Amino acid sequence: MLGYYLKLALRSLRRNLVLTSLMILAIAVGISACMTTMTVFRAMSGDPIPEKSGQLFAVQIENWKPSNSKRNGDGLDEQLSYPDAHALMLAHAAKRQSAMYLTDLAVRYPDPKQKPTREMTRAVYADFFPMFDVPFEFGSFWSKQDDEAGTPVVVLAKELNDKLFGGKNSVGRTVQLSNQTYTVVGVLKHWSPIPHFYDLHVLPFGESDQMFVPFMNAINRHQTEDGSLSCNVEAGSGWEGKLRSECTWLQYWVELPTSADVQNYRRYLSNYAAEQRRTGRFSWPARTDVRDVRSWLVYNRIIPNEINILLFVSLGFLLVCLMNAMGLMLAKIMGRAPDIGVRRALGASRKAIFLQCLVETGVVGFAGGLLGLVLTAFGLLMARTLLTREFALLARLDLIDTVLTVGFAIVTTMLVGLYPTWRASFVQPAWQLKAQ
Amino acid sequence: MPFGPILAAMRRNKFGAILIAVQMAVTLAFIANSFALIEQRLLWSSRATGVDERNVFVIRGGSIATHEDLEARLKGDVAALRELPGVLDAYITNDYPLEGGGWSEGVLLNPDQKTSTASAAHYFGDEHALNSLGLKLIAGRDFTASEVTARPDNSPTEAKVYIVSKALADSLFPKGDALGKTVYVEDNAPTQIIGIVEQLQTPFFAATGQTVKYAENSFIEPVFPLSEFPRFVVRAQPGQLNSLMKRAEALLLQRDSDRILKTQSMEEVRAQAYRGNHGLVVLLVSVCTALLVVTGFGIIGLTSYWVTLRRQQIGIRRALGATRLNIVQYFQTENLLIAASGALAGVALAIMLNLWMVDHFEMVRMADSRALIGAFVLLLLGQAAVFWPALRAASIPPALATRGG
Repeated sequence: MLGYYLKLALRSLRRNLVLTSLMILAIAVGISACMTTMTVFRAMSGDPIPEKSGQLFAVQIENWKPSNSKRNGDGLDEQLSYPDAHALMLAHAAKRQSAMYLTDLAVRYPDPKQKPTREMTRAVYADFFPMFDVPFEFGSFWSKQDDEAGTPVVVLAKELNDKLFGGKNSVGRTVQLSNQTYTVVGVLKHWSPIPHFYDLHVLPFGESDQMFVPFMNAINRHQTEDGSLSCNVEAGSGWEGKLRSECTWLQYWVELPTSADVQNYRRYLSNYAAEQRRTGRFSWPARTDVRDVRSWLVYNRIIPNEINILLFVSLGFLLVCLMNAMGLMLAKIMGRAPDIGVRRALGASRKAIFLQCLVETGVVGFAGGLLGLVLTAFGLLMARTLLTREFALLARLDLIDTVLTVGFAIVTTMLVGLYPTWRASFVQPAWQLKAQ
Repeated sequence: MPFGPILAAMRRNKFGAILIAVQMAVTLAFIANSFALIEQRLLWSSRATGVDERNVFVIRGGSIATHEDLEARLKGDVAALRELPGVLDAYITNDYPLEGGGWSEGVLLNPDQKTSTASAAHYFGDEHALNSLGLKLIAGRDFTASEVTARPDNSPTEAKVYIVSKALADSLFPKGDALGKTVYVEDNAPTQIIGIVEQLQTPFFAATGQTVKYAENSFIEPVFPLSEFPRFVVRAQPGQLNSLMKRAEALLLQRDSDRILKTQSMEEVRAQAYRGNHGLVVLLVSVCTALLVVTGFGIIGLTSYWVTLRRQQIGIRRALGATRLNIVQYFQTENLLIAASGALAGVALAIMLNLWMVDHFEMVRMADSRALIGAFVLLLLGQAAVFWPALRAASIPPALATRGG
């Protein structure tokens, strides 16, 4: 039966090609505008580390006087000062933990003709790698002893290893980083969580870190931060002054597998803050907080207004396109009232007519979805060239998007087709036959 | 043109007419708001920085090795740049306008204030800064060489004087008597305003709601920054920029080949800073155009259908003496009625949508005239779209009436 309806639908659609193509075009344009922004939006609001996002927490401590006006509404900064990060690392109160910050190091290439480049470098503790499930191609991360000593060892991202060593296993080889010799201990597989949840201050959707060095190594060689640094009072003189100051510039993440762990860690943090008050460092009841990955992304409001606006406008656009298709469908189906009258008179039930028209709208929706897919690909191409480079990375179509686009088109078209279809099933056979 | 018959016919086609009206209302609401948004973004991205952008370029970079004699090296670099033929002036800064990120400080009028009077960007510069950027001094004087101190990162300020932008001067001293007054920043040491420049934008992109309020609040402290990653600002003599950018980079590499440099003209800096903004404008324009096209074709489609439905009636009217023009007028008037009611609802919807977006997306309040312009555009669109089906209707021969369809 359905096959017969499909044949009828195709025949009927061929009969009025102008109306049919207008309908398909309207649906395709609306769907593609919507899917283009949806794809970018979905990538931006996605969970960067789905299997563990509930167990990873960013730590916040209110280390400035509450009256200070520069802070967010809740008085908490997104980053920690060095004294706090140092104390928390020493206490080791979570299953895994790492203070971290972004810096850069100059890389010298084995080929002397190739100019040196500056590469994004993240200073982390060894826990960083197992905590974030960072995948290794060769070797592994460094030891706890390296953490403490600040040994010059490095973990390379796949991309940098490709540039330096042609993608070969480089574990044990040395590399010149800002005129110091580092030993490669590990090479990653391609790893680029989007959004870049553990440090949202630099390009949350942009390129990732190219290498990782021990936190204390970067601190010992006075590597300045490439992210943001906020101070309430001027830091003391030089590097030592910055380490002693209340300036915030470090990200701090902990892994807390169970809710009991979370409770314990929260308690540990409030005790820590109370202790700081007792020793006179804080003169206020300092609040502390931990937030898991998803709440952290929401808290930091990382989706830019541009994308929200575009998404909103494209939804409006889809609405107009669907209304349009609905009007055309009504015209098309009611234009066929005489045919329907004949079919009804020959014994077709209302249900049969309804089903037949529904199949027809389904076909239109499918065609609109397919064309919409092509237009979406084109729209993403346009977005890639127009938007900033960090958004451009997101403008990619995957299998889920493809299925979503076509499915969405069919469902919405059939939904708006319900009214015309319903009207069609109420065509009076006798009246139509008389009019002939 | 009597409306009676048109309204009577419309009543039989309620759903189609309502559909067109609603579609026009929604289209209007989105187009008017997009228009307001485009206007605002174009305004932001074309805002002048105060810098002589056509002749200024920036070289960022630093040595791979660290050196003990940083101050001597930097002073040598910048002196060599000034000697280069075609260079008007050069200096070293911490930040420059449209760079993306920089230092911001709260400025106080008295040291005991709880909240700051104004937020402002904190620039470093020596006695060559104003000339190198091409800033226009409108009151007071420039720095003298003796006022400038060399200051490494993270060392306390020693400044006694500032040069401020007019926007900052006005937000601190609305009466316009900022020159010579004392303000407090950082360690709350009293500092005197000795000069006011007409315009100097902050290094932050101006295209976000929060920074837009103090986009031009800046002050310059007389400091020669001692950084391993200096930013050289060079102003070329008119017409020399392109060749000079290469020569300046070559000169710096000749003085110390072991460094990584990145040279960008201020025009490139601007294009990069506003790329996302520009992209949003292009995308919005294309979506709006598509919206108008789709709405137009929708009207053509539905009206054509109505023409087909009414072939017989049109034939009868023609047989009874209606001219072709009468028929065309009938459909044009019908569309005008539908579009007018749609536009009326659309204006209300546009304003509501705007208020909602102001709350949620840091959008600007749209001028109500934008909604009226949108309404006019849609009425025109309706009339244009309906013209072709109306012509087809007018070509229906009167004889059709007698043949009985």
